[in-house]
Amino acid sequence: MLDVLKFKKPENASENVGKGQIKIEDVSITFGKGPTAHHAVETTSIDIQAGEFVCILGPSGCGKSTLLNAIAGYTNPTTGRVTVDDVEVKGPGPDRGMVFQQYSLLPWKTVYENVAFGPKMAGMTRTESGSVANTFLGLVGLKKFGNRYPAELSGGMQQRVGIARALANYPSVLLMDEPFGALDAQTRLMMQESLLDIWRNFGTTVVFITHDVDEAVFLADRVLVMSAAPGRIIEDVKVKLPRPRSVDMSSSPEYIEARQFCLETIRAESRKAFAEQNA
Amino acid sequence: MQTLVKNEKRPEEPLVEVHKPAPTETQKPALQLPFISMGQVQNIGMAIASLTVGILWWHFATAINLDFYINFSNVPSPFKVFTAFIAHIQTEIFWTHIGVSMRRILFSYSIAVVLGIGIGLIMGRSRIMRAFVMPYIEVIRPIPAVAWIPLAILMWPTEESSIIYITFLGALFPIVLNTLHGVEQTPEVLVRAVQSLGASRVDVFRHVVIPAALPSIAAGLAIGMGVSWFSLLAGEIISGQYGIGYFTWNAYSLINYQDIVVGMLVIGGLGTASTAAVKLLTRPMLKWQKRAR
Repeated sequence: MLDVLKFKKPENASENVGKGQIKIEDVSITFGKGPTAHHAVETTSIDIQAGEFVCILGPSGCGKSTLLNAIAGYTNPTTGRVTVDDVEVKGPGPDRGMVFQQYSLLPWKTVYENVAFGPKMAGMTRTESGSVANTFLGLVGLKKFGNRYPAELSGGMQQRVGIARALANYPSVLLMDEPFGALDAQTRLMMQESLLDIWRNFGTTVVFITHDVDEAVFLADRVLVMSAAPGRIIEDVKVKLPRPRSVDMSSSPEYIEARQFCLETIRAESRKAFAEQNA
Repeated sequence: MQTLVKNEKRPEEPLVEVHKPAPTETQKPALQLPFISMGQVQNIGMAIASLTVGILWWHFATAINLDFYINFSNVPSPFKVFTAFIAHIQTEIFWTHIGVSMRRILFSYSIAVVLGIGIGLIMGRSRIMRAFVMPYIEVIRPIPAVAWIPLAILMWPTEESSIIYITFLGALFPIVLNTLHGVEQTPEVLVRAVQSLGASRVDVFRHVVIPAALPSIAAGLAIGMGVSWFSLLAGEIISGQYGIGYFTWNAYSLINYQDIVVGMLVIGGLGTASTAAVKLLTRPMLKWQKRAR
């Protein structure tokens, strides 16, 4: 059932070419006030080009999800601002599709209704939103499962529906918060390849959160390595691996070099944190 | 039993041998009754057995005039009660009692459903409203229906309206509290997900908050139906000349023991039936939940 999927480019996909430039300008995020305040993200500036695939890599609790939430518009930055195509982010919106780690499909709607939801919210008629839903379900190879409820699907299939749902709005940016974190190793590999395939045909900007070095290096053009407490970007690694990528590239020198570099950065950082804790 | 995997050490032999099971004749599906599963048949059988044991015990206790801590000497036997019941269902007045009670339930319960779900939803989404309304719920909820009787008579213009008021109050609180609980259970990730798909506040309410609260609301509706029956009884005891509660209380005044038990059992039966009806009516809304299991 988990065949590696080949994606065809949907008709409207070209509309987004050249869109999806993200600017994070001097953003810092603090939760609470006074002595109990939690400094989640230290002043950070990042420029992400339109169509770029960026992974934010860091240990759990380092503030990488908080940073993603600021782009999504769920969290307001304490200082600074986030813009997408020069428009300041004020709240969540359909131009920034979001894929969560798990359990984010509406359990009371069928798979088909979940995917058709965004187009319906955009004011499409039932027929229009239905045909969009079918296109995107076809894209992720789940057309046959349209009438099922999410709970009847495996974790990997649910995530594919989640991706289809986010893409059905033709977003210029796709934000992914550890989307494959809960999947088993085989499904995960397959999903990574599928995602690259979708991205290649779609051309949206992708910001992908992960704590898995291999995943980050395999997927990304750029890996932003984050350190914890407070979260800050400590390294901006360009991955020179050619595209399209496949799993057997994991033995290529470029891959090994990038992976090694990320690992060493993380290791040095955690050693420092450990030393500080014991001091 | 066939061995599916044979692991022999000799290298020339294949490591894995697969024996295909011989094709069996296609099994005929077991006899299936429409709408009723085997498990349900078992449950119904168990319920009948349980009730039979209870009635036999009751019969035995009254037959020997059991007086061991609990005194059965004045309790009518199941046979007497049954005879009285059969006699009553042939009279028109008995059906009027039942009809009047059911009409009162239907009316007060409907108001409680509309107001209860509405108040619960608003309290669940607005912290200010919640803080404002909660004290009333905390204070009024523990007051038993019977305690309301004098004040209800003074407050409302007719006996009928005071009975309806008492019944309504009984049903209201379980519905409000369960709705509130359901709304609070709404997973935040679902709210965020639909916000990212372009949903407005109203859309979030309609497509996420209400469906997420539905299982809890349905439970509240079933509990509320049960509570409304025993509140109704309290209301009918003092005021009114019809109603199954009045019938029971009147039998007590006339020292007609078997009729008291007839009234009690009819109330129990009607309560069970109406709660079952509520569950049946709310079930289609929870279809997705059933499939999830």
